[in-house]
Amino acid sequence: MINTSNLSKTYNNNTVLKIDNLDIPKGQSFGLVGNNGAGKTTYFSLLLDLIQPTTGHIKNNNVLVNESEDWKPFTSAFIDETFLIGYLTPEEYFYFIGELRGQNKADVDALLAQFQDFFHGEILKQKKYLRDLSKGNQKKAGIVAALIGNPEVIILDEPFANLDPTTQIRLKQIIKDLAEKQGVTVLVSSHDLMHVTDVCERIVVLEKGNVIKDLETNPATLKELEAHFASGATVSQEEE
Amino acid sequence: MIKHFINLEWKAFTRSASFKVNLALKILMIIGAFFMILYALGLGVGAYYIIEEMVDPDPLKIINQFLIFYFIVDLVFKYFLQKMPIVNIKPLLYLPLKKNQVVRFGINKTMISFFNIWHAFFFIPFSIVLLIEGYSFINVLGWHLAMLALIYCNNFINIFVNSKDRVFYAVIGVLVTLGALLYFDIFDITQFTAPIFSAFYTLPYLAIIPLAIAYLLYTMAFKYFRKNFYLDAGLAKKVDIAETDNMTYLDRFGSVSTFLKNDIKLIKRNKRSKMTIFMSVLFIFYGLLFFTGSIEAYDGPFWRIFAGIFVSGGFLFSFGQFVPSWDSAYYPLLMSQNIRYKEYLESKWYLMVIATIFSTILASFYLYFGWQAYIAVVVGAIYNIGVNSHLVLWGGAYIKTPIDLTSAKKAFGDKKSFNVKTLLLTIPKLLLPMVIYAIGHFAYNEILGFALVAITGLAGLLFKNKVFSIIEKIYKSEKYKTLVAYKQTN
Repeated sequence: MINTSNLSKTYNNNTVLKIDNLDIPKGQSFGLVGNNGAGKTTYFSLLLDLIQPTTGHIKNNNVLVNESEDWKPFTSAFIDETFLIGYLTPEEYFYFIGELRGQNKADVDALLAQFQDFFHGEILKQKKYLRDLSKGNQKKAGIVAALIGNPEVIILDEPFANLDPTTQIRLKQIIKDLAEKQGVTVLVSSHDLMHVTDVCERIVVLEKGNVIKDLETNPATLKELEAHFASGATVSQEEE
Repeated sequence: MIKHFINLEWKAFTRSASFKVNLALKILMIIGAFFMILYALGLGVGAYYIIEEMVDPDPLKIINQFLIFYFIVDLVFKYFLQKMPIVNIKPLLYLPLKKNQVVRFGINKTMISFFNIWHAFFFIPFSIVLLIEGYSFINVLGWHLAMLALIYCNNFINIFVNSKDRVFYAVIGVLVTLGALLYFDIFDITQFTAPIFSAFYTLPYLAIIPLAIAYLLYTMAFKYFRKNFYLDAGLAKKVDIAETDNMTYLDRFGSVSTFLKNDIKLIKRNKRSKMTIFMSVLFIFYGLLFFTGSIEAYDGPFWRIFAGIFVSGGFLFSFGQFVPSWDSAYYPLLMSQNIRYKEYLESKWYLMVIATIFSTILASFYLYFGWQAYIAVVVGAIYNIGVNSHLVLWGGAYIKTPIDLTSAKKAFGDKKSFNVKTLLLTIPKLLLPMVIYAIGHFAYNEILGFALVAITGLAGLLFKNKVFSIIEKIYKSEKYKTLVAYKQTN
């Protein structure tokens, strides 16, 4: 579904991302982990054509994302609060996204009804604009908006951060269902190794812009990841 | 401790986004500020002699008469433009500082703000001139101190009023009413207030009263914030109660309605965009300068068209030039969604057209100044809709200034919005219609002049699709640069 080849992004001779080859098949739940500055958000931004690649390209369902816009109808994302329209109420925001993705009000309402639990009564009918919601609730609204319009590819940057434990567990179930039952390709980044191993079939570790591990998730994966990041910590201590 | 506070302030000032401009603009800003001060000084010195020459041999009397309006206007300015420093205190809350110290710092900071200091440029030279002209020292000193105290009273009143819109609009209402009553000779508030202001001169020891009031207001402000020095009280961000509006009446605009609804909500729900409405109302009255003949330089016949374009196009200019910057806060969303640029642009275009027509109807009172005046407005509106609406959108495509919707600051012009490309585009916006009118006017008569401008406007409509596709190309080719520019909000 998503093919990355020879992709690199360089700012002033500083290469922040370099991925020679990475294929993500349809219906895979894909996790991206790495420390700060590893290039996770850069990769997602390239995937959404928000920044230009220095070399190489990404193909999303055989559409070259930096040349054509045809990937937009089947791709959706929630990266950060710049994906929210602060002066709208959550409902208005969902309907707006719905209209952009060819869904009428009834369609959106039907989708929202499935997320009553997830919203926990704090999003809909609160008489508040999105800008006045808490960070966690903003995130919930953004994530659900990314599910509107039956997208085939969903990109979520740090979806678990700022969420309460109950919501984290519910979100994990939602992401699993999307990939397993509906064949949606879900790309998730996270700092939380446990959440990613719970949710993703495949985990890629980025470090300073390079892919250094590409793992199929199995019961030993969490240990392996923890060992990897712990060793990073000791190495940097030695360096100091 | 004070040293740290001042250090923090200095960094906040020099590192603010508005200072991150290139050197040339910085120099321009400094020159601008310098001239502002020079004007104020000139006014302070000149006011005395001008009034003495033209109006009354006792200028202090006249000044005292209008001081009431001076102070009310000062309060309005402070309300609109002065930012309350209390909010910035948040990061200091949990540090080992005495609360009293922090609160006092926050309030003291307002006292040295530019909004208080600049009055000195008027009152100090004016007082010196009074002394030179033989007014007694003690009396002038008393008057001067009273004025100083009143400016600080305003400062502290503003601290209270700032969070309460209703109080503010009440003040505006009172001001407008008093002004109107004075203008129509019904009731002259200055008759009651002028003696009070003169009293500070004749009985200088009375200055102690405003000084005491200022001190009282200071302690009140201090106590108020000391008491409410909690995140959920005085430091809380104001949360608006959301109103939902489906605006089904806009559905008739078809696919454009998606964006149109959003744009109307944008204007209604954000401080910064509400200012455009305010500006467009101001522009409606701008024509009075021309049609009443009050400014001689504007008497040439082609100035009518100039006025007509501004009267009907206030909203068009103040809103249109910042498309797409209005959407800067969520531009990444728009860029990763399946948006159709044409509909996006069309929605902004409809909005400008509707506002232009609305302004033209409101401006029908110009009929009072003769049919030529109103025809100029109508013709200006046609030109605005046909030609200028496209040009402002075109110019806006090059502007990459992110807009912080929630603050009303910077509403009066933005340095970055003046670049060469937008400057070049003002030629067809303003000069071309004036030239076209002048050709018709001097070749035959004014009717031909008006007709030519109107025809040009109508002809401009034919190019709408062409211009929209050009703008779309600009949006696409500048996309990455725009995204980067919009990221640098603060």
